[in-house]
Amino acid sequence: MTGDLALIWPELILTIGGLVTLMLGAFAGDRQVGLYQFAALLTLAAAGAAVVALSGTDAAVFSGTLAVDGFGGFAKLIIYGASLICIAVAPRYFGAAMRAEYSALILFAALGMGIMASSRDLMTLYVGLELNSLASYVLASFLRGDDRSSEAGLKYFVLGALASGILLFGISLLYGFSGTTDFAGVATAMAGGIDIGLLFGIVFVISGLAFKISAVPFHMWTPDVYEGAPTPVTTFFASAPKVAAMALLTRVLIEAMGAAGPALAAWQQIIIFLALASIILGAVGAIGQKNIKRLLAYSSINNVGFMLIGLAAGTQQGVEAVLTYLLVYVVTTIGAFLFVMQLRDADGRMVESIPAYAGLSKRQPGLAAAMAVFLFSLAAIPPLFGFWPKYLVFEAAVNAGLVPLAVAGVVVSVIGAFYYIAIVKTMFFDEEAEMAIRSDGSRTEGAVITVSALWLSLVGFLFIPMLAAAAQSAASVLF
Amino acid sequence: MIQLIAFYLFAFLVIASAAMVVFARNPVHSVMWLILAFFNAAGLMLLAGAEFIAMLLVIVYVGAVAVLFLFVVMMLDIDFAELRAGFVRYLPLGALVAIILAAELVFALGAWSAGGIDLAARAAPAVADKSNIQQIGELLYTRYIFLFEAAGIVLLVAMIGAIALTHRQRGGTRSQKIAAQNRRRPDEATRLVDPGVGQGMEL
Repeated sequence: MTGDLALIWPELILTIGGLVTLMLGAFAGDRQVGLYQFAALLTLAAAGAAVVALSGTDAAVFSGTLAVDGFGGFAKLIIYGASLICIAVAPRYFGAAMRAEYSALILFAALGMGIMASSRDLMTLYVGLELNSLASYVLASFLRGDDRSSEAGLKYFVLGALASGILLFGISLLYGFSGTTDFAGVATAMAGGIDIGLLFGIVFVISGLAFKISAVPFHMWTPDVYEGAPTPVTTFFASAPKVAAMALLTRVLIEAMGAAGPALAAWQQIIIFLALASIILGAVGAIGQKNIKRLLAYSSINNVGFMLIGLAAGTQQGVEAVLTYLLVYVVTTIGAFLFVMQLRDADGRMVESIPAYAGLSKRQPGLAAAMAVFLFSLAAIPPLFGFWPKYLVFEAAVNAGLVPLAVAGVVVSVIGAFYYIAIVKTMFFDEEAEMAIRSDGSRTEGAVITVSALWLSLVGFLFIPMLAAAAQSAASVLF
Repeated sequence: MIQLIAFYLFAFLVIASAAMVVFARNPVHSVMWLILAFFNAAGLMLLAGAEFIAMLLVIVYVGAVAVLFLFVVMMLDIDFAELRAGFVRYLPLGALVAIILAAELVFALGAWSAGGIDLAARAAPAVADKSNIQQIGELLYTRYIFLFEAAGIVLLVAMIGAIALTHRQRGGTRSQKIAAQNRRRPDEATRLVDPGVGQGMEL
């Protein structure tokens, strides 16, 4: 047991760091932003370092409820990195409304997401998911005086509770018909044939998790919540929890249901349906959106669909493609949301409407160019790095014999490119809008935007061998 | 023999008080009947050898949930005349739900008599010579200790959330400041004046 404790350093650090942040906020006061921000950022950095130090471990700890392995490590690094940025950019956005609870809740959410990514038991899965969800509901309505924020929080809470119920129902079916909550045990039961109870379990568990990754038809909450939540929180929702839920879904599908035998056929068709529905609705729904946060919400639905194409393959290559896609997607989406956070009108309010971006390239050439990189990358236009993971995903699908799915993905990708390019056109070629918008000139955000834009342009291709090796070693754990 | 009598007593009272929960006109009385139902269900659990669940029923459901219900019900502003109206209108729907529930009961009984789901392969088989409180405790604090602690953090997050969303510093409240009271000296609080005769004084 003490040996097990040495293997969960990231979780321990996050728990202690979260409590310290909370205490600093309580005793030093919410005005001491620098103090508790420093504690929170240091905690995440230390947790990330602990994950790196534990790389190469492959162990099941605490009687097999938690896995410490490369797959979880890969996901945790992305999760902690995204959480770190979301904490770092928050004080500037919230201003006087900034409180220590924000940082503490993100830390606890990161803890929950880490547990999700490394669960190997249905109960661990649920506890991690619920820890992350509860923190997320509060974060969504963090600006409690703001109607839109409160509405987003309430909506997220009600629909999230429904999804939790569906997930729990599925878990209880899987437990009842396999006799264990252990992933490996469930997989053993599945290998012996799938009766109607197990099949219902699979369907309900996947539905519950599809809500968390906002795959169609469980996506309804996404645009409303993304639009209403404070922008740093939206950045958080679009990045870290997506990684955690995707990693969790991958683990459940491959480890608990099995990548071969009768279970593969059962879950593969569900995932294919989710993937197709998500890419199509994500692409079509985004057309005509006037609010950039809503548009990015549809874009995230669309991207999740592409990740599911890789997952539908059910092969190690597919999982590697999903992991690569997750990293590139998180970098792109954080960059895009920080761009949204940067732009302010003359009164210092955020500008979220796309028509207001008209002619932005003349006032803010650097920012507009960076956003163009993000958008082209989301649209997977070849010289940009966003093209690479999409290519990997399609390759994995073709190799697994899912040629029609890959073809559909390519076609929808082209349709999706339309609305990304429409924003680029607005920024670069339209008449300048009357409302003067400018960047608020934050150095942290500027630096993150610059680095991510550079990485997504051509620099990223230099990292392909490294990324491939990391994804390969992470995915190999599951097979 | 005595168990049999006890079983029928508890079972009869559970059903009777559950029926009274539904039929009581006054919601406060309904909650009272609910508490009685919980108590009798706890007795049934005890007879079945599940002491822990029996304790849970009394402590958690009677001690916390039912009292909470009672508070909520008492705070409601209930128009009793309106409560009774519309009985006929909702009768078909209610009857439908009742029929479904009854059918489910029949199914459940049929399934039960045909033998339950095979749980022989479950992770934690029951041990005969230990009470189930001991068994649950041993599992909870050894095998599932990580989940137990993580669940504690979930509750902590819920608490932080409730406070973060509802707590606000209100201006204009007059709270007692003991330090300021103790610091006060007579010369700050009192003033000696010597008004002339017939002049009165200004405060």
